[in-house]
Amino acid sequence: MKAQPIDVFARDLEEEVRHAVLDGSSSGYDKRLASLTSDFADPDLLRRTAGRIKQHTLENLDTYLPRVEEKLIANGVRVHWATDAEAARRTVLGIMRENGADKIVKSKSMATEEIALTPFLEKEGIESLETDLGEFIVQIDHDHPSHIVKPIIHKNRRGIARSFEREGLGAYDDRPETITARARTFLRKKYLEAQVGLTGANFLVAESGRMVLVTNEGNSRFCLAGTDIHIAVTGIEKIIPRERDLPLFLSLLGRSATGQQLTVYTEFISGPKVEGQPDGPGQMHLILLDNRRTELLASKCRDILRCIRCGACMNVCPVYRQASGHAYRSVYPGPVGAVLSPLLAGNKFPELADLPKASSLCGACKEVCPVDIPIPDLLLRLRDRAKQEGVKSPGTPPMGGWAYMASKPSVWRASLAAGKVMNYVPMNLIPVPALRAWRHSRELPPWRGGAFRKWMKIHAKEKGGES
Amino acid sequence: MSGDRETILKRVRDSLAGIEDRTPYPEYDESLAVTAIRSLDGDLWERFSERFVAVNGLPITSPEELVEYLKSFEHTTGYIDPDLQTILAPYFGSGFTIEDRFDRDRLDDYRFGITRARGAIAETGSIVVTDRGTSSRLGALAPWVHVACVRRDEIFRDTPAAVAHMEDDPNVIWITGPSKTADVEGIMIEGVHGPGVQICLLLPDDVRKVQPTDA
Ligand code: SF4
Repeated sequence: MKAQPIDVFARDLEEEVRHAVLDGSSSGYDKRLASLTSDFADPDLLRRTAGRIKQHTLENLDTYLPRVEEKLIANGVRVHWATDAEAARRTVLGIMRENGADKIVKSKSMATEEIALTPFLEKEGIESLETDLGEFIVQIDHDHPSHIVKPIIHKNRRGIARSFEREGLGAYDDRPETITARARTFLRKKYLEAQVGLTGANFLVAESGRMVLVTNEGNSRFCLAGTDIHIAVTGIEKIIPRERDLPLFLSLLGRSATGQQLTVYTEFISGPKVEGQPDGPGQMHLILLDNRRTELLASKCRDILRCIRCGACMNVCPVYRQASGHAYRSVYPGPVGAVLSPLLAGNKFPELADLPKASSLCGACKEVCPVDIPIPDLLLRLRDRAKQEGVKSPGTPPMGGWAYMASKPSVWRASLAAGKVMNYVPMNLIPVPALRAWRHSRELPPWRGGAFRKWMKIHAKEKGGES
Repeated sequence: MSGDRETILKRVRDSLAGIEDRTPYPEYDESLAVTAIRSLDGDLWERFSERFVAVNGLPITSPEELVEYLKSFEHTTGYIDPDLQTILAPYFGSGFTIEDRFDRDRLDDYRFGITRARGAIAETGSIVVTDRGTSSRLGALAPWVHVACVRRDEIFRDTPAAVAHMEDDPNVIWITGPSKTADVEGIMIEGVHGPGVQICLLLPDDVRKVQPTDA
């Protein structure tokens, strides 16, 4: 039997990368959690409220989309709509051509990753430079981000120093402060040369048409201080209803992503610069992107559209930690990606239908999600869909033996007792390939079979009933 | 593309048609998102300063102190917002080169940029800058040291208050500490694109009354 693709990936991962991903995803976990639980009396109430606000917005997008458009136009923003990736790319190109522009500085945006904007623009002779340090390194390495908040979680300083040397940014020096200083020097010239600053948006407020953009590095701020034209690309699901909802979402985003009360640069942008302001874009465009989001909206998995891209679910996911982001073979890795990527793939769904299976459904992702998305439930729905559509699934052990056991109480009891042996058998010695592959990227909890039955027995006796 | 607009809106309507009960907007108290753990009572500059220090900001209460700080690091060339020139320039002695226009072609000449903030947030240690109130976006961003000047009565207690009073300005920015990154092996480095040092200078309550003696 073949192993699941994600397990193959985990197995073949270089040791160095595995450690980088494991350390990077698990470090800071306590800090992120503490920043929520210690600051708020009832952090779960925050998560639930934020989740309901976003669910409400999604279920009323027919009202909110025209409303936000009206506000944006009134604020002097030129609004564009793009049904798919191709339409969005063409729109960006059109704006560039219209203005005779050929240089873009870009701040980190998942939507533009999703539509593969940069390779397209490069083919059209347009320079599109990533300015987030991590994304910049990904770009010079012709690599892909492996985490939505920490794009180079899979890289270490030595590799980065080699890349910088290769690109002529200075002789080999792997100190993080040198790497950062060199990027600073190189990029600040670029901000001033480019005509266009391209960004995503974290939120779009329906009530006011203000878009919110957060970065710690301040690179998006620089993009919007050095250039003349601002283009923002944003999914139609980014809307929140009112300005007063901002503190809630900003508190949750900063804490869930990096354990910060607020991200350093939190920008509220509602249009071109004012008269008298010497720096920044006098022209602003906003592209509202569908790209199958409306399909998701119609599906039973629409809750995933609440996602605010904080990365918390991948940081806690035992599968992500072992397999790394590239194992998900798509723009969105980790638990959120396991739901989103197959759905965004359209008729290529079968190619990514294994992703929802690459989960032990441990529920850690749901527990940390700042908008309370029931990710494990959504994964199950997608597994079901794959089954309905007859997608073949390599690497899933057959369920026949299981079904037999579960239907025969005596066999079941015996197997529960026997299960204890599992605690003492080194799992990687078990000669079942699928199990071994599965086990490679997951931790099993200690076997506690039979405990529930024992408890039931005692409990029933205490209550004076019969067992 | 206008055709795309109609297509998307129709898709949205069709997708939502099957939903029987749409989730209502959950009414909630804004204080839900305010940190409960730290008291925000008393002097707001004090509360702000505590949080500002926690995010590696440097609160300063007098122009003399600011000038001493800049001198000690040999930051002697800088940009000062034209509106602040009359108040602050007299504190800077002859050892300084001060400009009231930020020339983007000489970006790296400026070691510090002093701008007028439109407010600050005590709960988070953030400074608030805007397009109308802050003279140059680059002046507040490119130099190694950014000094934001704020008056005591401009400090908001918490983020809901700052949002409720957000100006009708196309560019409102909350800045919470120095520009930073942890992209390389999770190690925190400050001053990646923007300032490595964020200072907040408390202005006297009525800045026009200030009669500084020449320093
Ligand atoms: S699904 Fe939830 S936890 Fe995961 S990135 Fe999105 S908002 Fe964060």
